[in-house]
Amino acid sequence: MKKIIFGIAFIIFFSFLIVSAINMRTFGEPNYSEMDDYFIENAQSETGANNVVTSVVFDYRGFDTLGEATVLFTAVVGVVALFRGVKK
Amino acid sequence: MIGNLPYVAVVIFIGLGIYTLMFKKNLIKIAIGVVLIENGVNLFLITLGYRKEAIAPIYTQAPSGQAMVLPTPQALTLTSIVIGIATTALILSVAMMIYKHYGTLDTDQVRRLKG
Amino acid sequence: MKEMSKIVRTVTNFVYGFIIIFGFYIIAHGHLTPGGGFQGGAVVASAFALLLISYGRLITKKFLKKDIMSITESCGLTMFIVVAFLGLGITFFYNFLANTGSWFGNTTVIGINPGDMNTGGVIPLMNIAVGLEVLSALGVIVLIMAGAAEFTKKKENS
Repeated sequence: MKKIIFGIAFIIFFSFLIVSAINMRTFGEPNYSEMDDYFIENAQSETGANNVVTSVVFDYRGFDTLGEATVLFTAVVGVVALFRGVKK
Repeated sequence: MIGNLPYVAVVIFIGLGIYTLMFKKNLIKIAIGVVLIENGVNLFLITLGYRKEAIAPIYTQAPSGQAMVLPTPQALTLTSIVIGIATTALILSVAMMIYKHYGTLDTDQVRRLKG
Repeated sequence: MKEMSKIVRTVTNFVYGFIIIFGFYIIAHGHLTPGGGFQGGAVVASAFALLLISYGRLITKKFLKKDIMSITESCGLTMFIVVAFLGLGITFFYNFLANTGSWFGNTTVIGINPGDMNTGGVIPLMNIAVGLEVLSALGVIVLIMAGAAEFTKKKENS
């Protein structure tokens, strides 16, 4: 009985997703690209790096990279704390 | 409809992930479902930033005279992949400790709080 | 965990150094070619996982120590935060070494060029810091989970 309700709910939700995927905008034509055009134009003169993705990750949006490094550090702290009582 | 095939592939990923999360009982299979949903979302972020017949946004020895793909969704996907690593490591460690405590990995039998 | 056969161990002996050097090449050239800190750190951590699979847990514990990796991870994150604070005269995370004449400070030719390693400002330093942190974080996770796999086995008589 529970399986039938789960199955119907899953089919309804999946059909919503399929209909919205077919009606998305065309693949390959972004709508708003003014910020990225500015990054591609001025990344070499302002940061001095050839790789535009690296200069976005570490220079224009460096604060997000700080948050991500903290998340990785916290995951290691969590794993070490879980297995603290393991002897040889 | 045939031009939107990357978006349909993303929806198939997420749909398979939600199916595994709802209908399976083993804890390792539930962890695989979480990883499938996460990777589907990463794929969706990358396909949002494509321009037709453009090259990668790197200036070192690139072929000349072509447009470049948008670089910002690739930066966001890097962060999301690392957060996926953290989630997977913690969910697998908790599954190992549940196996040590209860002796089984079936979610129908790990319900009572033992001492 | 038991060790694998002799063919696997011989190939690991041969290939292990090349994987680590390739990972450090990806970290160091992060501002010129695709790659950077996170990708290179993951490649070096896969070399540690290869060593763990082919030699078993007991021999690898003598070779890769957990305490040195934990110290390396803390040093990497500290170096990242110190480099971020050094440009505080104008703003947080300011690239104070780009386009000056000093260390990592050449100006790049605008347009398509073969890359010059001396450019980039503060970006190569941040790449090395994040690369150190990611390789030791993944190494610590893999070593601790391998060590706890014996501990969480079901006992036979209870």
